[in-house]
This record gives sequence, structure tokens and C-alpha cells, in this order.
Amino acid sequence: MTAVAAQGGAPGPLARARWAVTDTLTITRRNLLVWMRVPAYIVFTVIQPVMFVLLFRYVFGGAIRVPGRIPYVDFLMPGIIAQTAAFATFGTAIALAQELKKGVIDRLKSMPMARSAVLAGRLVADTGRMLVTILIVVGVGYAVSFRFQNGIVPAVGMVVLATVFGLAICCISAYTGLAIGDEESVQAFGLIWLFPVTFLSSAFVPISTMPGWLQAFANNQPVTFVINTMRGLALGGPIEANLLKSVACLAAVFIVFVPLAVRAYRRAG
Amino acid sequence: MSPSSSGPASAGPAILVEGLTKSFGDVHALRGIDLSVPRGTVLGVLGPNGAGKTTAVRILTTLLRPDGGRAEVEGHDVVREPAAVRRSIGLSGQSAAIQEELTGRENLEIIGRLYHLSWPTARSRAADLLKQFDLVDAADRPAKNFSGGMQRRLDLAASLVGQPQVLFLDEPTTGLDPRSRLGMWEIIRSLVAGGTTTLLTTQYLDEADELADEIVVIDRGLVIASGTAEELKGRVGGDVVEFTVPDRRRVADAVAAIAQVGTGEPHVDADTGVVSLGVGGGGSDALIQAVRGLDGAGVETRGLALRRPSLDDVFLALTGHAAEEEERPGKRRGRRGGRGKSRNDTKPRDDTAKGES
Repeated sequence: MTAVAAQGGAPGPLARARWAVTDTLTITRRNLLVWMRVPAYIVFTVIQPVMFVLLFRYVFGGAIRVPGRIPYVDFLMPGIIAQTAAFATFGTAIALAQELKKGVIDRLKSMPMARSAVLAGRLVADTGRMLVTILIVVGVGYAVSFRFQNGIVPAVGMVVLATVFGLAICCISAYTGLAIGDEESVQAFGLIWLFPVTFLSSAFVPISTMPGWLQAFANNQPVTFVINTMRGLALGGPIEANLLKSVACLAAVFIVFVPLAVRAYRRAG
Repeated sequence: MSPSSSGPASAGPAILVEGLTKSFGDVHALRGIDLSVPRGTVLGVLGPNGAGKTTAVRILTTLLRPDGGRAEVEGHDVVREPAAVRRSIGLSGQSAAIQEELTGRENLEIIGRLYHLSWPTARSRAADLLKQFDLVDAADRPAKNFSGGMQRRLDLAASLVGQPQVLFLDEPTTGLDPRSRLGMWEIIRSLVAGGTTTLLTTQYLDEADELADEIVVIDRGLVIASGTAEELKGRVGGDVVEFTVPDRRRVADAVAAIAQVGTGEPHVDADTGVVSLGVGGGGSDALIQAVRGLDGAGVETRGLALRRPSLDDVFLALTGHAAEEEERPGKRRGRRGGRGKSRNDTKPRDDTAKGES
């Protein structure tokens, strides 16, 4: 066997911090390579959102009246982008559940790498993947005559907010993936909660068209806050109130689910 | 292979386990086992499904905390110095380290990076291992196109990227076809010849016999016997007389006819009609007596023979039940799905399902 650089004894704190970063990047690279090699993943993360855009733009859109004088496609796109970000996290939950089941996480844990890297690398890769999907959906939106009305900086702000929102959902999905640990159950569970919270919001239709009891929910849930903020950023109009509520809700999700996901990961295997 | 990493070079055994216990709820997976593996030797840990083998390996590889007792690898306590333990070990078994969408080469390079090798070193290490494990031709194909045997070899290669001083092989051939099994044995033998201390778990008695210097037999969380393969065979009480009774109704007569010949109770396999009997050092005299007894009783037999005891006999003598009742390669379900390596593995009776199914 060839000589391999000695790994030395116990690493100092500085070396450990550096390894935590490089290990995270290595795992990120591995996850992205896998993603690019599986056609089904590409279909799931790219084709599906594009189909949603076309479906709502051309099939349902004609029947939906939105307030003000904006075209439906402009109303629609921020909602679809948020949903795209949320649905992208199915992949997070499924991948972690699979790795757990196959024993990949066990094996990585038996190696002298930074233990945080498995989870961190998963979140970084999936956030990158999500951003790519969001940009593709924006591109498709432009092709079907969606336009940002409010200038470039708020437009970038909208994409950033969608990504942060997606990352928050990603943390929830990471937790459910590790806690449930079975890919079919994880997928079913994802559908059960992600469909309602994204559809029962201001994503696709004005909430005022829903029955009263549903309005009470739809008006006061985080996804609506985020989408209304995104809409404000994309199209103009006041955003302060919704932005504050969004930030508070997203912060709450991070505060609750990051520790839960870390705990589930520690116990996993 | 020179010890490259970590810690005080202790003079003691490479693996030391004392009074190790672990329970999952009210299932006692380990009920106080002791092990000692001298450097450069191979310990075979033999036992049926659910015996506690995988639990022991998981504790020794820092994946599970024991409830009681002590375990050290290369002088490092697995609970207090897990990082040092991880720097000295390699773990392989089922193909868990393999990412099927990546090529064999990519898999090894990424593992190398996770062992904090530089890119050029990780690349050359991967190339060397691919050569060593006869995977050069397949190196740049996705691992999902590999045969079961190739995946295991790649997985084993992955566990060697960090040049471990101690290697844990958790059922390295479970689920492989006979030819791939022999190939794995060949590879494991050459590794061991290089001086890597190895702990190998298996439910296959022939595997332990082939590869291990010392064998411990574990059943229901306890070490029930230990020694070399030869010593364990001695425990059966020497040679074995064995024959088949084609007419199942006459099995009882056959057993009665030879009852006085052996050193213990005859064992009957009800399914196959095979009767076996330990006859101590009696050898050919015992064989002649058995023939006379069976002839006198008028029982027809086939394949009557005297043979050296196998480890199957040992297991039967020690535990009263056969070691390989359920699991044989080929019986397993699909390549991935059937691996039974479910999340629930940390829970009680799943020690059965874990890795071992």
C-alpha cells in the first residue's frame, strides 16, 4: 500500500473547525453528484414545478380572478416559487431516511470525520439544489409572461426569502426523515402536511374566495406570510407587516427544528 | 501497513472487552461478554441471528453506548475517547458505505477526503485500492451496476482507506453467492496476512473456521465458548458418526440402536432424517458398533460414515440448536430492500433483523 499522510493524533480545535467545513463540502459534493445522476430526482425537482406553472397559468388561471389589475401569472409566480422551495425538501427527508436505513449514516459516524458534516452537507446540497430549481421556475415564469414589477433588488430579495423559507422547511424535513426513517412513510407524511400548508395559503388564489373558516387558517399561517412578502417584493406594495411575521415564523422553525434534527441525527442508526 | 494514527502505542491487546452489557428495553442483547484480541490476529465472533454480534460491533465502533462494562480499541476507551477509536478502526460488512449512483472510484475518493487526505493522496489511494481489490475495470462505472461480490469488495476497500489498525468485518459474506464468498475469503486472508487485527462476525461456521485464529461463540448475549477451531471441535467429543434414515418412521429405532455407542445423545434432524452422534475417541470401533446396532435393529441407513466434527456440531453441542437454521445466502430478499437494516434496529428484538438479516 502506498504511504498515506499520517493522520496524527487528536486534532486541535482549529483543525476540527476546518475539517467540519471541508467535510461538509465533501458531503455536499457527494450529494450533488448523486442528484445529478438520478433522472428521477431531476424530474421531481425541475419538471414538476414547471408543470405546475403551466397548469396554473393556462388551465386554472383563466378561471381565477385576482384583486387589483395584475395579471394572474404575476400573482401566481411568487406562490409557485414558495411551493417549489417547500416541495424540494421532500428530497431531503427521503435521502436521509434512505441513508439511515441503508446504514450509510452509521458508517460515516464510524469514521473520524466531523459528525456534523452529514447533516450540514445534506442541508447545503439541498439548498443549492433548491436555488437552482427556483431560478429555473423564475425562467419558465418569464417565458409565460411573468415579470418582476419592482426592480432588481427586491426581486433578488424575493429569491433569497424563498430560499430561506425552503431551508426552514428543509430542517423540518430533515427531522422527519431521520425520526421516521422509512422512505415511503416519510414521503406519505410529507404529502400530508406540505400539500395543505402550501395550498391552504395565498399561493394560488386570493384567500377572500375561500369559505370563512378556511380563511381564518389561511390568513394566519406562515406560508401565507412568506408568500405575501414575496409577492410584495416581486410586484411592489407594502411588505413590512408580512415580512416581520415571516421572519418571526421562520426563526421559530429554525429554533425548534434545528435542535430536533441534530438530536434525531445523533440518535440515528 | 504501519500504524499511522493516534494515541499511545499500548502494549495490550488490540481489542479488549470486559463485562460488556447492553439492553434494549427488556431485551438483553449483551449480558456481560469478555473478549481479548491480540494484535495482528483474527477473532471470529460466531453466533446465530440475534445473538448480540452486531450490538457488540456497534459498541466497539462507537456507534452505540454500552450500559455497563468496558471496551477498548487500540488502548482507547470507546466511550471516553470515541474520536481516537474512530481514527484506528475500519468498519465493513454489508455494502453500506457505497453510494450506488457514484462510481467505484468516486466512492473511494470521497471516503478518502472524509479521512482528511488531500485530493492527490485520496486519488492515488483510491487507485491503489481499486487495483488491490480487482476493481480496476469497473472503477468508473456506477456502483449500482456492480455485482453483489464487487459491491462488498468496494465496501471493504472503503473501510481500508484510512489504513486502520483494527478492522471490523460485520458479516462480510452474508447474502453472497458461494463463489463471491470464496473471493471475499481470499481477500480477507490477504489483508490479515498483512497484520491487520480483525474482528469478524459471522453466522457461518465454515467462515470462522477458514479465517479466524480464535473463535468465540456467542448465543443470547453471552460468550458460551471460545478457543481455536480445533479446540472447539474437541468440545464435541471427538469424531462423529452420521447417517441418514430414509424411512422417517424408523428414526426412533435407529436412535435406540446406537444409543449406547456414543458419548452423548444422538442428534436428529427431523427434516432430513440425518442422525449424528458424537463418539469421542472411539473412532472406527464406534463405527463398527453402530453398524452392528443398526443392522440388529433392521434399520436401513444411507451414507453411514465417521467424520471429524464440524463447527456445526460444536454449535449444536453448545447451544442445543443449530446455528444456521434460517439464514443462508440466496434466501435473502432483493439487493437493497431486503437488507432489513431498518431504523428500528436500535430497538429490542431487532438485533435479529439488524445487519444480520
